[in-house]
Amino acid sequence: MFACIYIPNFSVAAAFRAEPDLQARVLAIFEGKPPLEKIIATNEQAKNIGITPGITKAQAELCPELALRPRSALQESSAHAALLDCAQSFSPCVEDAACDTALLDLRGMASLFGSLTKISHAISDRASALGLQANVAVASNPDVSFLAARGFPGITIIPAGKEAEKLSSLPVEVLFGERLDGEEKKSANALVETLSRWGIRNLRALAALPEVSLTERLGQQGLRLQQLARGSVSRTLVPVEAPMVFEEAIELEHPIVLLEPLAFLLNRLLDQLCARLASRALCTQELRLTLDLSTYTGMDDEYENIGIPSESNVGNNEILQQPNRMWEQSPLAMWGQPPSPALSGVEGAVRRSEAPLACWPQTKFTRKLSLPLPMLDPKVFLKLLQLDLNAHPPGAPIIKIHLAAEPARPRSAQGGLFLPPAPEPEKLELTLARIAGIVGEQRVGALELLDTHHPEGFRMRRFVAEVARKVPRKKTPDAEEAQSTVTALRRFRPPLRVNVTLENGKPTRVSCAKRKDVQGDVLWKAGPWRFSGDWWDREAWSRDEWDLALRNGEAISFYRLVHDLLSGMWFLEGTYD
Amino acid sequence: MSSAVGSTSAALGRPFLFDDVAESGGAPVPAAFARSGKAAAVAEDLKKPAGKQSGIEIIRSTINDQKSTIPLTSASRLEIRPAPEMVSSGISALDRLTGGLPRGCLTEICGPASSGRTSVMLAALAAATRRGEFCAFLDASDALDPYSVAAAGVDLDRFLWVRCGDKTLPARKQLHADFKHYRFAQSESSQSEYRLEQVLRATDLLLESGGFGLIILDLADVPPQSARRIPLTTWFRFRRAVEHKPTILLAIEQQSIVGSCSSLLLQLGTPDRYNNAASQFAAAKWRKTAAHGASRGLQSEPEQAREGRKRSILSEKSREPRTDNTLTDLWTDSKCSPTHAHLLSGLRIHVEQIRSRLDRKPAHSVRFETTTEWAGSNRKQITQLPNYKITK
Repeated sequence: MFACIYIPNFSVAAAFRAEPDLQARVLAIFEGKPPLEKIIATNEQAKNIGITPGITKAQAELCPELALRPRSALQESSAHAALLDCAQSFSPCVEDAACDTALLDLRGMASLFGSLTKISHAISDRASALGLQANVAVASNPDVSFLAARGFPGITIIPAGKEAEKLSSLPVEVLFGERLDGEEKKSANALVETLSRWGIRNLRALAALPEVSLTERLGQQGLRLQQLARGSVSRTLVPVEAPMVFEEAIELEHPIVLLEPLAFLLNRLLDQLCARLASRALCTQELRLTLDLSTYTGMDDEYENIGIPSESNVGNNEILQQPNRMWEQSPLAMWGQPPSPALSGVEGAVRRSEAPLACWPQTKFTRKLSLPLPMLDPKVFLKLLQLDLNAHPPGAPIIKIHLAAEPARPRSAQGGLFLPPAPEPEKLELTLARIAGIVGEQRVGALELLDTHHPEGFRMRRFVAEVARKVPRKKTPDAEEAQSTVTALRRFRPPLRVNVTLENGKPTRVSCAKRKDVQGDVLWKAGPWRFSGDWWDREAWSRDEWDLALRNGEAISFYRLVHDLLSGMWFLEGTYD
Repeated sequence: MSSAVGSTSAALGRPFLFDDVAESGGAPVPAAFARSGKAAAVAEDLKKPAGKQSGIEIIRSTINDQKSTIPLTSASRLEIRPAPEMVSSGISALDRLTGGLPRGCLTEICGPASSGRTSVMLAALAAATRRGEFCAFLDASDALDPYSVAAAGVDLDRFLWVRCGDKTLPARKQLHADFKHYRFAQSESSQSEYRLEQVLRATDLLLESGGFGLIILDLADVPPQSARRIPLTTWFRFRRAVEHKPTILLAIEQQSIVGSCSSLLLQLGTPDRYNNAASQFAAAKWRKTAAHGASRGLQSEPEQAREGRKRSILSEKSREPRTDNTLTDLWTDSKCSPTHAHLLSGLRIHVEQIRSRLDRKPAHSVRFETTTEWAGSNRKQITQLPNYKITK
């Protein structure tokens, strides 16, 4: 058995999927170059008030309650990808019949999903979850299911042997696709007109025509149409491997400048992405957000108003400062900071064209959200994106949002009853992102030592809480304790610059101008120990280290004193505690 | 008396018991009831073997009949606060003193600089990661030394380090605006107070996130006058957040600031700081390195010990008799002062248990010694260096 999933009125369905609020409104989709835009698709409510495809946009605009949307290739491609995802979630053998139609082979699926009725309803429900209202038809051959899905709304199940009977009531127009272009459309219209002149209105009449006479008049094409009408054509599917591309996009009519409406749209995109990933039993480990930023026009006029010299009579440095001045007066200041020509951070980037900055040409703002583990929670993703955008605002009005997810297999680790507690990955990621917003991005994470003797030879890396990552080493308790009770050093960051009194080359008194508690006579000292490194590099270092006890009043503390041999200065690097 | 016993038990987290159970043949006799005239009659009933249960019922019904008294609740029905699970601090001497660190509680370790707070903290950290737990360290002063962490045996994969105090953070104004429940944040705060804000906010988030076995707030370098401005409600909130969770919340400070919110308070260093520092100084063992080639460097440990004792005896003869080295002796005796060829190989840490809600014993203390990472067998036990592949 074969099933066909058909999305009627595909352009409108794609617009509904991107903007679910439109379902309650009168909607028309237009296409073309201004001022010659024409309506190409409308919903039922628009048809009821007389707005039909073919009229111009100017005519349609006379209706005040009408919502007009341009045809969006992005939205349609996303809807098509969602359709294929829906089909792939039920069968590995899927044919991409058209942008609005998918055929799938259901042989062997009964043991997994139940009867054909159950499968049909499950397909319909899955399509609804992906934001698509689909017609589903099940039949013994692909073409019959294709025609039934196009002709009958809802769910249709045609038992084997009753194909002709079920299809008989359908009009002959279902034999031809709705979205034909050019010569195909002309020939299809000619055939329909010919059949109409013969009085052939439905498939029953077409199926009853004598084959030879029909072939003499319409050729092989006529014979093929008759076989389709009889439901007697049998063919194999041409399976397609749906690309693992999970992308959603929204083009905005008006640019948005605040985080709240952006979060609202991101939430919708994330819901759609996660539903698509879930239908393929996948998660994601990387999200890429691309924002198209608006071109700012009329800036020169405003420069004159606020007294900033024009581009012609200022140097390059002043030109670079102009957007910042504008920023302070624009509503975009709500984003927190002006757009910087070179965005800090490795993951983010703003690509600008070669036009001068003062004109704010259209730019693309990209952020990449890398996750330590595969996840599939739209709320977590939304919060992470919000935190990231708070830290790295795009800096200009947004006119297009593009969100892509890199698919990954879901993690299969299972927690044990007797394992120590570990943070939940989703919660931990959110927590770390929030803490990074408080203390800074590079100041939270796990510690990684570098293979160097440099005193600050470490770096921060991402903290990942994986329970089964590493088995703790087994040691004897005594050895563990001996290792644990190590005299620790507390570092001063940055090191404290001190004045040192020397006797015979040894420090006898230390005083620090910044901190009065760090000064006194040297009671005890040990050293010097000489360290140096990176002599082949610009950041060469060479130093003598002393361990000493300082007496300041009644308090005695142990410090590490460093003499920088390159600069000749003395520093207190830390205290033993 | 009964009520007093009950409240004390509640404070200690023990089961509620009536002390006079045995005296009255197994049934508690409240004081209010004992003063009434029916006490003698009931006591007669209680003495009867068969009437033991009926006596309790009589007492309960009698007291409940009196409108002026509070209805009696059976001791078995009172909620019992379970004693917290104690886990090792990584130092056996400290474990013997306190029984370990309590889970689901706030523990406070305070002491002056160079008293060994960080060493104790790293030992607890290493013990927690050895148990396979994830730990978080909130560093208010960004003072953690990574080599000390690695030398203490901390599993770096299970160790989250939050470094506070980034002055260049652009969101500082926003931080102040959002963080109104900390009073000092509303005004222009100093750097230490700004760091405190970051630490407290990050602690809130980590406690809310859960899953960590040990969370450490390092306020050791925050001036006490700033640390004392943390509202007590913040500590109550932390204690409440960590309660009934398998998390140890450990605060490192110069002076105790948590108050009654902490279940365990450890003071490092004796109240007499002069003598404490002197004892630390005496315990700052030094060892001569062979690389420097001095004659004492060739001596064995017992020889050095003998020599040390000789000096001690000499000093005893020349000065007043004493039982331990003092700072003055060591300082003024130039022979005792080590030369540059010696190493600081360890510190003696003195820990006193000031307060414990879990064990109402009088304050007692313990001493133990630490070793530096370069001393003896512990020299450079840093095993978690990255692996490099050699490619041709």
